[in-house]
Amino acid sequence: MKWDWDAVGDFMPHFWDGLLVTLQALVLGSLISFALGLVWALLMRAPSRWVRWPVGVVTEFIRNTPLLVQLFFLFYVLPEWEITFSAMTTGVVAIGLHYSTYTMQVYRAGIEGVPAGQWEAATALNLPMRRTWTAVILPQAIRRVVPALGNYVISMLKDTPLLMAITVLDMLGEARLFAQQNFQFTEPLTVIGVAFILISYPASLLMRALERRLVR
Amino acid sequence: MTSGLWELVLKGIWITVQLLFFSALLGGVVSFVVGIARTHRLWIVRFLAGFYTEVFRGTSALIMIFWVFFVLPPAFGWQLVPMWAGTLALGLTYGAYGSEIVRGALNSVDPAQREGGIALSFTPMQRMRLILLPQAVPEMIPPFSNLLVELLKGTALVSIMGMGDLAFSGNLVRLALQESAEIYTYILLIYFVIAFLLTRIMRGLEKRLKAGIGKAPERRGKLAMPRPETTGVGAGAGGGA
Repeated sequence: MKWDWDAVGDFMPHFWDGLLVTLQALVLGSLISFALGLVWALLMRAPSRWVRWPVGVVTEFIRNTPLLVQLFFLFYVLPEWEITFSAMTTGVVAIGLHYSTYTMQVYRAGIEGVPAGQWEAATALNLPMRRTWTAVILPQAIRRVVPALGNYVISMLKDTPLLMAITVLDMLGEARLFAQQNFQFTEPLTVIGVAFILISYPASLLMRALERRLVR
Repeated sequence: MTSGLWELVLKGIWITVQLLFFSALLGGVVSFVVGIARTHRLWIVRFLAGFYTEVFRGTSALIMIFWVFFVLPPAFGWQLVPMWAGTLALGLTYGAYGSEIVRGALNSVDPAQREGGIALSFTPMQRMRLILLPQAVPEMIPPFSNLLVELLKGTALVSIMGMGDLAFSGNLVRLALQESAEIYTYILLIYFVIAFLLTRIMRGLEKRLKAGIGKAPERRGKLAMPRPETTGVGAGAGGGA
């Protein structure tokens, strides 16, 4: 096995570019999934089954099909419908949408975990529905779900390399480009593999620590 | 769509199913070996197993696939058939996730059961085989069922390496027809049906295994899935996220 440190040095500028793109996709994807997941979770509590049922079917479908094919779908089908986004936007939307179907379950568990007494107290105080949610239920529910949401952010990080398949130059995209131009696959691929571990392992330790602090 | 293109899709389904089967097999073996090793009494065994888990859970499955396809061949001088390269990358990655499930289920068995085994002077091997695993395995089925669906979704990644699986056949049809909405809808539906069948099979398995130790299957409010008829007494631990 040959290891060429010069190749690592040559790759590093591209690596930083790729890391920036990966982190951008991660942050934007997370924000979309947090917001959309909450919307799904609230819709699933709607009184009408004509709301709950379609939302349930759609999210179940998105959760049980590969993100990669969803990416292709958005990337190739939307332009046919005269909707054009950049590859990066498409990727961020796809990741956010895919993971919103996971975060929705997290929110649901968090909302169900709020003791019934809190609902009853809100009713007894004659709080309007809106205020019950924003001032009583959600602050308690979200506090409990922060570590679980964090774990999905880590999962999302590990799915960002898929964006490479729709021409986004994230870490893996940069590594592949570099490898094809220089015929050196070992160094760039190993560098980004190690980078992923260096990011995700401390992040998962952080989530475990948060879990001990926030979830009781 | 012409019948020739459908044939392409059928071939893709066959490759995906094969890959799913082999990598689930390898992943299952890895899960149990590494998961049991993580409850070993020697710290070095626990450490190595934990190290394996963190490394393979830490990287992305797609990067592992690239690694197995591009770095292993020149480094070791042998090249794997794409099917085995895909199996290796997916099995090792998802096995690392599975080992956490095995470890968690083994740790959740009542400690009195293990102590009872010691008091009856069972060897560690007998304790694992006759006392711990029969009680832990049924608890593992629901999380393994989720992991199996994740693995199915993961198999789509090999299409990036040019393996002719279901996702790849979708790309070929798109190129042939210059039209993508229809074929990708079909591909997504096929994946969904496979995932649905897998969940059903795993639920049946859970029911049988839990009946064997006198427990009712876990209750899950999942859509499009039959609800268990009984709640039973002490029906499983609440589903973790």
